[in-house]
Amino acid sequence: MADYITNNFLTVKIHVKEQAATFKRFDVKWTPTLMVLDHDGAVRHRFEGFLPPEDFLSQLHLGLAHAAFAREQWEDAERRYRETVDRFPKADVAPEALYWSGVSRYKATGHPDALGETDRELKQKSPASTWAKKSSPWAA
Amino acid sequence: MPIQWMKDMDAALGEARSRKRPLFVDFNAAPM
Repeated sequence: MADYITNNFLTVKIHVKEQAATFKRFDVKWTPTLMVLDHDGAVRHRFEGFLPPEDFLSQLHLGLAHAAFAREQWEDAERRYRETVDRFPKADVAPEALYWSGVSRYKATGHPDALGETDRELKQKSPASTWAKKSSPWAA
Repeated sequence: MPIQWMKDMDAALGEARSRKRPLFVDFNAAPM
């Protein structure tokens, strides 16, 4: 995990007592709060509380995918979301990553088939998830 | 490789901008 973090991010630790102003600046009310910020300082993903290592790592992958999506780098976003799904199939973020991989592919190609295929995959892999409900309008 | 943590958010934001790197920020209350 340390290698993944070091290879993909600049890393900052902000302590609640030493840097209370920074807590306030980013509206942090609980610890741990972890954030992924884009290189321009925009918060692209945020999660609170302890997570076991695989779930924690899946959140960082999701955060980088969200950052690519926010920059409208659709193909890169789709690749990162799909990588999150494939690498962490049982993680809580997997259905969300799958949903957004479909949206990214649609944004990149303009083909609505991307959405229908994503809905089918969500229904198959995570039928009870919120994300399968969100994709329901895409059903062919 | 151990993680090298910065502690200054503004410095980190500046470095992120100049190096075009994303930031991972850990807001914590670890014992000092």
